[in-house]
Amino acid sequence: MDLINVENIRFEDKISRLFTPARTVFSLGPVNFDLQAGETLAIIGDNGSGKSLLAKLLVGLETPSSGKILLNGLALSTAHHKQKCHDIRMIFQNSTGSLNPGITVGAMLEEPLILNTELNVQERLSKIDNTLRLVGLLDDHKFFYRHMLSDGQKQRVALAKALILDPKVIVADEPFAALDPSVRSQTVNLLMGLQRDLGLGFIFISHNLGIVRHVADKILVMENGAVIESGKTDVIFNWPKEDYTKRLIETHQQLVNSQYN
Amino acid sequence: MAQFNLYQEEYHPSPWQYTWIAFKENHIAVVGLFCLLFFVFITLFSPIIAPFDPTYQTTGDLLIPPAWFDNGGISHLLGTDALGRDMLSRVLYGCRMTFGISVLLVLLTMLIGVGIGAVAGMSKGFRSSFVNHTLDSIKAIPTLLIAIIIVAILGTGLVNSMWAIMLALIPQFVHQTREFISNEMQKEYVMASKLDGASNIQLFFRTILPNMGEVLVVQCTLALSISVLDISALGFLNLGAQGSLPELGHMLSEGIEVAYLAPWTIAIPGGAIFLMMISINLVGDGLRSALRNRLLHS
Repeated sequence: MDLINVENIRFEDKISRLFTPARTVFSLGPVNFDLQAGETLAIIGDNGSGKSLLAKLLVGLETPSSGKILLNGLALSTAHHKQKCHDIRMIFQNSTGSLNPGITVGAMLEEPLILNTELNVQERLSKIDNTLRLVGLLDDHKFFYRHMLSDGQKQRVALAKALILDPKVIVADEPFAALDPSVRSQTVNLLMGLQRDLGLGFIFISHNLGIVRHVADKILVMENGAVIESGKTDVIFNWPKEDYTKRLIETHQQLVNSQYN
Repeated sequence: MAQFNLYQEEYHPSPWQYTWIAFKENHIAVVGLFCLLFFVFITLFSPIIAPFDPTYQTTGDLLIPPAWFDNGGISHLLGTDALGRDMLSRVLYGCRMTFGISVLLVLLTMLIGVGIGAVAGMSKGFRSSFVNHTLDSIKAIPTLLIAIIIVAILGTGLVNSMWAIMLALIPQFVHQTREFISNEMQKEYVMASKLDGASNIQLFFRTILPNMGEVLVVQCTLALSISVLDISALGFLNLGAQGSLPELGHMLSEGIEVAYLAPWTIAIPGGAIFLMMISINLVGDGLRSALRNRLLHS
């Protein structure tokens, strides 16, 4: 059975003013895909092609105007907000911005536990410690504030925040973009390792086709809010159908070649 | 004993510690803080310190000058007023009344203002802009003027003037809170908390409030200085404290009648108001610049 099914999801961004009829500014979809446990889906495309919007639709920050998201064969609706919070977690592009500057890492990690689980204080603490160790941090990092951490550590905390509820799917909006190459490859390996161990479904948005090729099982190519091509990573990289995809891959190949020559 | 520093120890203070470190750099602000603590001490302990009852009239000792004048006496250290009441005790009780009431008012105002501001900041569209623009237009009128209008409606008296000042101060808190919250609501960490399943109330108390502390403290010092000034101004205009209540502004207006004969009756309460205002403003200014420096740090 598929872990997550997205069926004909659509979204229309409308602006309504007081005296003019509402007009559609941006429309997304229809988007269809499915993902098995342990699989990785990459969403690639230009700026403004609706990738981040799709991520927001998946985690529930925006409500789709039509279509369904099925998790383990069950439809997710707004009524299942709690379950959505629990099972689909998001990692934001800017890890600095997604961490609260006023509270410690421990308090940040405790918040989703208080809101979504019935663990007591002791269990919460041990869960926080375990999750921090899982992402390669120390127990003591729970006393740290945001400004005391390096960029890579912040990304790990963001990851810990996503993992702490034992989710089934993680949606990440350009999780590697703000990191420098060595930390980036560390984080990629960490994520892949965790995915293998925990059997997570991983959906991520990236500009970096090198990482996409390395990590993803499937690819979704988007242009102007529409999915123009989707399929297995190998297929798309070797036999792209659409012009747009071809151009994207050519640029990437040139970049790779120029680095090796 | 020599201490070896083999490893570079990184010291990362928490946000509040950062503010305190930056605040300590500003020595004048620290002096202001001690001055403010002195007033807090007086507010708490004036019944123990004061040598006389502030309303007790010594019929034989009218308008005795302070001790450092030739005809002053040691029993009335700061002299007496036209009714023979001890000035030192009256000033101590006056500070207690003016400062204590101001602090109380500011705390109450903060609770109400932040509550309304939070609702306005969390809501969107018409409701939010209605609250915002209504209160902004009230903010354009000076607080003292609003307070006088409200006293004119409610009638004179200390309690009525307290209500008046409270109502006049609320819009500023609402404005600050609303602005801060609607700014923070755009940020990713708030979005992340929403995804954790936090309701709006939880979002406010758990996520946004920890970051609001400094904004509130700075706004409180501003409001405190306004409220001290307004309470004594209303007292001076005979709209606030009445009768024999030892309130600094009221003492000033009583002293005006004998100002040429006994200048200390206005100099002493005037000086107390001046010192209070200066210390509050110094602390407020120090806090604001400390906050700015801290934001540069982190």
